Formats: sequence, C-alpha cells, structure tokens
Amino acid sequence: MRLHVPLWCAVAAGGFRRYATYTTATAAGVFTNTVFGFVIAYTYIALWEERPGLGGYDQAQALTFVWVSQALLATSGLMGGGFHEELQQRVRTGDIAVDLYRPADLQLWWLFTDLGRAAFQLLGRGVVPLAVGALAFELALPGDPVRWLLFLLSVLLGAVVSFAIRYLLGLAAFWLLDGSGVNLIATVVAIFFSGMLLPLSVFPGAFGEFVRLLPWAAMLQVPLDVLMGTQGAGGAGLVRALGFQLAWALTLLGLGRLAQSAATRKVVVQGG
Amino acid sequence: MDGTGDAAGDVTGGMEGDMTEDVAGDMASDRGFGETGRAHTGRGGTGRGGTGRAGTGGGGKALIEVDGVRKVFEVRRRTGLMRREKREVRAVDGISFTVPRGEMVGYIGPNGAGKSTTIKMLTGILTPSAGRLRIAGIDPARQRTRLAHRIGVVFGQRTTLWWDLPLKDSYGLMRRMYRIPEDRFRRNLRRCVDELDLGDLLDVPVRQLSLGQRMRGDIAAALLHDPDVLYLDEPTIGLDVVSKVKVRRFLRELNAELGTTVLLTTHDLQDIEQLCERVMVIDHGRLMYDGPLAGLHSVGESERTLVVDLEREHPPIELPGTRTVKVEGPRQWLAFPATASAAPLVAEVARRYPLVDLSVREPDIEDVIARMYAGR
Amino acid sequence: MGAGGPAGVGVAPGAAEGSAAGAGSGAGAGSGAGAADRPGGRGAGPRSRALDGLRGYGLIAMMWIRATMTYRTSFALMLVGNMAITGLDFVAIYLMFRHVDVLGGFTLPEIALLYGLCSTSFGLTDLLMGNTDRLGARVRDGSLDTMLVRPVPVLAQVAADRFALRRLGRVVQGLAVLVWALSVLDVAWTPGRVLLVPMTVLAGTAIFSAVMVAGAAFQFVAGDAAEVQNSFTYGGNTMLQYPPTIFAKDLLRAVTFVLPLAFVNWVPALYLLGRPDPLGLPGWAAYAGPLVGFAVFVPASLAWRAGVRSYRSTGS
Repeated sequence: MRLHVPLWCAVAAGGFRRYATYTTATAAGVFTNTVFGFVIAYTYIALWEERPGLGGYDQAQALTFVWVSQALLATSGLMGGGFHEELQQRVRTGDIAVDLYRPADLQLWWLFTDLGRAAFQLLGRGVVPLAVGALAFELALPGDPVRWLLFLLSVLLGAVVSFAIRYLLGLAAFWLLDGSGVNLIATVVAIFFSGMLLPLSVFPGAFGEFVRLLPWAAMLQVPLDVLMGTQGAGGAGLVRALGFQLAWALTLLGLGRLAQSAATRKVVVQGG
Repeated sequence: MDGTGDAAGDVTGGMEGDMTEDVAGDMASDRGFGETGRAHTGRGGTGRGGTGRAGTGGGGKALIEVDGVRKVFEVRRRTGLMRREKREVRAVDGISFTVPRGEMVGYIGPNGAGKSTTIKMLTGILTPSAGRLRIAGIDPARQRTRLAHRIGVVFGQRTTLWWDLPLKDSYGLMRRMYRIPEDRFRRNLRRCVDELDLGDLLDVPVRQLSLGQRMRGDIAAALLHDPDVLYLDEPTIGLDVVSKVKVRRFLRELNAELGTTVLLTTHDLQDIEQLCERVMVIDHGRLMYDGPLAGLHSVGESERTLVVDLEREHPPIELPGTRTVKVEGPRQWLAFPATASAAPLVAEVARRYPLVDLSVREPDIEDVIARMYAGR
Repeated sequence: MGAGGPAGVGVAPGAAEGSAAGAGSGAGAGSGAGAADRPGGRGAGPRSRALDGLRGYGLIAMMWIRATMTYRTSFALMLVGNMAITGLDFVAIYLMFRHVDVLGGFTLPEIALLYGLCSTSFGLTDLLMGNTDRLGARVRDGSLDTMLVRPVPVLAQVAADRFALRRLGRVVQGLAVLVWALSVLDVAWTPGRVLLVPMTVLAGTAIFSAVMVAGAAFQFVAGDAAEVQNSFTYGGNTMLQYPPTIFAKDLLRAVTFVLPLAFVNWVPALYLLGRPDPLGLPGWAAYAGPLVGFAVFVPASLAWRAGVRSYRSTGS
C-alpha cells in the first residue's frame, strides 16, 4: 500500500472531472446555497443583535460563519450526495468483490476520488455563494494569505474526516440489508453536530463542550474557527485545532481499514 | 439439443432464436432445415399473406394516419469549457403513411434512425414539430389521456409493472386506472394468462420474474383495456427462445382473432418475418421503404450464415452458391442467399466434410438495410 | 438547515394480499363507467380532468403504500427519522432561545406558531407533491414515457410517484409544535380566527404545491436543476419559520407580491397575534390565503403544460 503519487493524482482528477460535468446541477446548487445563505444570515443578524458576542463571535463573524458554511456544505459532504450510496450499491450488487481484488487499495481509491469531488465542489459551489455573501454583508474574512492557506489545510483535513465517516457508512452495507436508515441518521447527526445547524460554540454548557469534541466538529466548525482566528489563542490554538482534525482523520481512517479487512474476510468466506 | 430444436420448430413453424439453433450432426438436418426453408420461401405459417400493403390508399378507413410529420430537436453540445454549440437534429424528417385497422406492421431501421421518435409521437409522448397525426381520429399530443384508452404500449426495455408487488396487483391497478368493466377485465385477463402462460406468475413479485416473464406480463398489461392499436418497442429483445415463441404466437393470435392493429419496432428480423405482412424502413428520419417483407429481401439480397463446426481445422470450405466469410479453428462461417434453402447445402457439407455441429444465423436487420443501400 | 427530504427508503418487497378492492378513493368511481364501451370518449372538461387526476393519484399512491407497508419496521424507523430530521429546525430555534428571550421581537411561542403553521403546510405538500422534484430523474431514466401513455393526467402520476407515508413525520412534528404554540399563546379567539387556522394550513399547502409544480415544470428545461426547486420550497419553509421582522423589506415584498409565500403563515399569524403587518397589509388579508393559493396555481399549471409540451424524451 505504498503511496503512488501520480496514480492517486489521476484518481482525484477523475473525481473532480466527474462532478465537473454536472454544470446545471452545480449552478442549481450554488443558487440554493445562496438562498439559504440569505435566509440564515438574517436569522443570525437578529440573534446577534439580541445577544452581541454570542458564542465568542461578533456579528460579522457570525455572518462569516453562515456564508462559509454554505460554501463548504457540498465540499464536506454533510447532506449526502457523496460516494457512500454508490459504495453501498456496489456491496449490494456484489461488484465490490471485484473492487477488493484490484491492486489499487479500496479505501485510498475512494478517498482520492472523494477528495477530487470535494475540490471541485469547493470551487464550483463554494466561491460564488461566499462572494455573494461578502458583497451583501459585512464579513470578517481575513486579509492574511497564510490564514487562507491554513484554512484550506483545515478544509482538507475536514474533508478527510468526512470521507472516513462516510466510508464506514458505505462498508456498513456489508452487515446491513438496507443502508437508507443509517444514511438518514448519519445525515441528521452530521447536520446537528457539525455546526451546520448552529455554530457549535453557541451550544450551551457541558453539552456544548461535548459536541465540540466529536469528529463532526472537524468538518465545519474547526475550519471556520481556523479561518476567523477564533480557534483559541495563538499558535498553540492553531496546532490544537489542526491536531484535533488530524487525530480524528487517522482514527477514523484506521477504523475504516479494520472494517475493510473484516469485509474482505466476509467476501472471501462467502465467495463474493 | 434436439429437444429444444423440436419444441421451437413445432410451435411456430419456423426457426427460433435470434441467432442460432444448434442441431446435432446430420440427425436433425432434415427437419430443422426443412422448417427454415419454409419460413423463408413462403412465410406460409400465418396464412394471411393477403393484400400486403393496402395502406397508403386506405383513406378514410385508416386507423393510423401520419402526414408529413417532423420532429426537430435542438441539441446543445459542449465544445469547450464554457462554449456551447446549438444544432438542429431532424429525428423524423417528413414521414407519411397510413395503417388500416387490423394490420401488423414492422417498423425497422438502424439505431437513431427515428423509430422511437415516431412511436413516441404516435403515442402522444412527444409533440410533433410539424405535420398531422391521427390515431382513430384522435390527435395524440392534444388528447393524450383520451388516446390512452385506445392504445396499448409495451417498451421492451422498461417495465410498467409494479416492481415490488405481485404481478396481479399491477393488473388490478390497470383495471381501475382504465376503468375496465369487471367482466371484460376478467375475460381479457384470463385470455392473456392462458395464452402467455402467466398462471403461475400472478402471485410472484415482479422483481423476481425473468426478463421473458416480465415481457409477457407487460404485454398482458397493455392489452387488458382492449386497445385498438398495440405498439411494441423491441418486444423480443433479450428474451430466451421459448419466451420469443410464446410472445410471437400470442401476437399473431391477437391480431387474427381480435383484429388488433400492431405496430412494432425490432432488431430481430424473425419478429418481422413471422408477424408482419408489411414493413417500413426508416433511416435518417425518412421512410426508405414501405411494402411487403419479400420486397425488402429482394431489394436487399440479404444473406444467411451457416456456422459449421468441423472435427478439426480445415482449409476454407468451397461450395457453389456460398462464400466462406470467416474461419476460426475448426469453425467456419458460410454465407448464402437468404432466399435459398439451407437443406441441400447442409447435406452437401455433411457429405464432404467431417461435420460435428452446425447452426444457421438469420440475417439481421442492420445487415439487410445496409445491403439495401449498397444495392441502390 | 433545510434538512431536506431524506434519502429514499428502499422500497420493500411486496406480499400484499391480492388485488382486492380497497384502493380507497377509486373503487366506487370506477364501476360507474362500466356501461360505456370506450370510456375515453367522456367529456374532458377541466373539472373531470381534475377528478380523473385525483382518482389516479389515489390509485397510484395506494400501490406505493402497499409496496412499502410490507416492511413495517423499516417504515416505522423511517417515519421517526423523518420526524427527527425535519424537527431539527425547531431544535435550532430552541437552542437560540436558550440565549435570548425574543428574536426579532417575537417570543418562542409566537415563533412556534409561525413554525407550526408553515411546517404543517410544507409537510403536507411534501407528502402529497414532494416527489415532483424527481421529475428530472424521471425524464433521464425514461420512466416519464410510461406515464404519458396512461389515461391519468401526468401531473397526478408524477406527484403520486413514490408516494411515501413516512413523510407524515414532518406533518406530525409541525402539528405538535403548532398545537403547543396555540395552547400557550394568548389569542383573542373568535369563530373566524378559529377557522383561520385550518384554512391557513390548507392554503399554505396549495401555495407550496404550486411552487413545487412550477419547479417540476422547470426541470423539463433544466433536468438537473431539482435544487432550484428546493431552494424555493425548503428555503422558503426555513425562512417562514422566522418572524418577518428580521428580514429586509425588499425580501418581504418579493415573498408577498411576487412569490406569495407570506400567505403561508406570516400574514395570518401576525393577524392572530394582533401584530401589525410590516408591509401594512390590511387585516382581511389574513383570510386571503385560499384566494392566493388558487391564484398561484394558474401560472404554475401553465408552466407545467408548457413543460410537458416541450418534453423531449430520451433516446433516439
């Protein structure tokens, strides 16, 4: 399982191109993200007017949260639409047996495909809503290019965490007859615990402390805090934020690997 | 081997299977090829050669009237990252014909020729860009739901049956949807069940049916409301030999007994040979030929192929009236005119070469049409 | 936010009993046509078309219910899941009210009234018409063709396609919030105001449905654009959950006079709460919902007709 760079670049490029063909769908998605951005922005304005400084954000930061999370919604695969339904389908039809015997590692193959998709959706579905939001409202976007690079790194780590969770979901099809129930629950959980519904810093008390430790925080809340510099004081806070993401990424990828070998054994035993 | 051949031959009076019928050695040669010969020389099985195409002059009596119908699609093609090119495609480019009540018509042509587009206009799915269409006096695109009561449609590739429910539930839905009176429904269903052999399948969820069973189920579903016209889009595609036999026999009887008009598109020349007295060939959106099948054959000079398996590799077989088109190890392909009988040819091969097995391949439609063009 | 229609439930294998009657609505009407040999010839006025559509809708919906009901546990799970996912929006509002007492000048019960009204309406729309957003997919896989050769108006078939009772989840949670709001709010009830509540729910359903139909018609032009429809339906629903006072005036004008979503809940709820309308609409406007619902259906159905006429089908 050595990392063969050109191969994986090609796989990621394939994922990118595949989504790039859906131009109408992308445009429609941009429109939706923008509409929701406006609706949620007004509710946040009302909330932060009532309670300035709520969750440690001022109003401009709260609005930044709205528009950047709309921009990242597709990238982080929070609302489904990623690869895991396809993976489940392949398990159900038995095509997965072929995949498992390919020389290319299954987990890495899907990881890079999904990262290609994420990259496309970051550009295709992220840039326009964020630009619209920045024109219509006063946002707290940093001017420092280093911060943007750190943000991109954090988005990448978030995308890996998101992938790793959905990979487990996909493999769950080996043990479950029907994936739709788990997928539904997974979506509910992801929307609620990622900060999509409301910034996790606004969640009250010990419950708030707890949600901020869960892997879903790595998908949206942490990248946003890295962008706005609200991740905790200075360099240490930054290291902690990225370290948090990296730790979850590695843990979940490791779990995925365990599940994958269990699944492989299952396939071997059943003969595909 | 032998059994299959017999069954197929007995039922239809012709060779079955779109491609091959294996016959073991010279044992089967008499019977098998006798039958094929008949199918080709006379198409006598149906006994309805009749007037052939009385169509065009039919005037007032025509059930289907098509006059100068066009369908133009605007196709946008990506030529670059952002640039698009607009182009008009004439899927159907000025077609006119009429079909009198009770006729069975084959509608053939290469992929993308405009067959499906025509059928879709006739069934009200697509609105024509120009021209006039009438089915039993109804304008399909404008009176779609009214038309629906008069037509039955079977899409070969796409079932209209309820996937997760037993077959009979789909029929129950048809009864209510088409408001079929109970006694009529029962009579029609019994007829379909008997003749399409659906008795054991009624309680089976549709998703568990084989392709052939499902097709039979779909045909029954299209006929419960006594349509005047039945459209069949590739009704035998992907079916096994036995299912094909059943489907064809059923359609013949349906037409003979109830006088249902049938219009079918197909890639299978045997569908046409065994069912249709009239063939229309469409290509590039235009009607290229409209007349009896025999005329098409003579225009096309089509060939059948005898596939011969010898005991061992052998230089190309040389027989008068044939040409060897391919040799692959011990197997050889011999082309001979579609109008000629295969029997003497087989006897000759068996006499002169160490024959193990053989089969006859019918000319396919693409081939016939290609030759038709070449002959012009 | 806007946690949309959850991923479809795998349709269960069927083992329903026979094809016995019980397809509800249809059975009675069906036998009436028995005398006519060719029922197709019947008058095709708009009224009988609408009745045909409703009847066909009922028949198809019953088939889907039977197909899904064979997996009862799975159905129950999906129903609960649907309730949970659609209830998340209210959880967000609740969490906000952990920090504030009023939002845009509205208390939690007042917002719950807004939420309950629009969620119930939207839930009903989602239940009855929600699958119209699959039209693009139906066009792509060619199954719209099979609907077009049936003697039932195609809109009814598209709407009934994959009818899923689990979508009652949204209706139930919306109703629960609505009932709670009505029980804690101090409304000066009159018979007219009592009647206004169910009337508003139905009018709201009609308005949302018209948007769904228009959105589906748009998919004849842009097949992949289901999300545009979602942004008006799900997005509109999310917006209506909050008081109109927090949104910009131009937006309010747009959703009152152009796409009259405001009549789903804002206008009648403000009247019930005795609050002035931010755009200065008169009090009787609260009762205009049904009229508005009817009015928006005209352009929507015209768009739908144009869409069907421009349908290109797939393949050759």
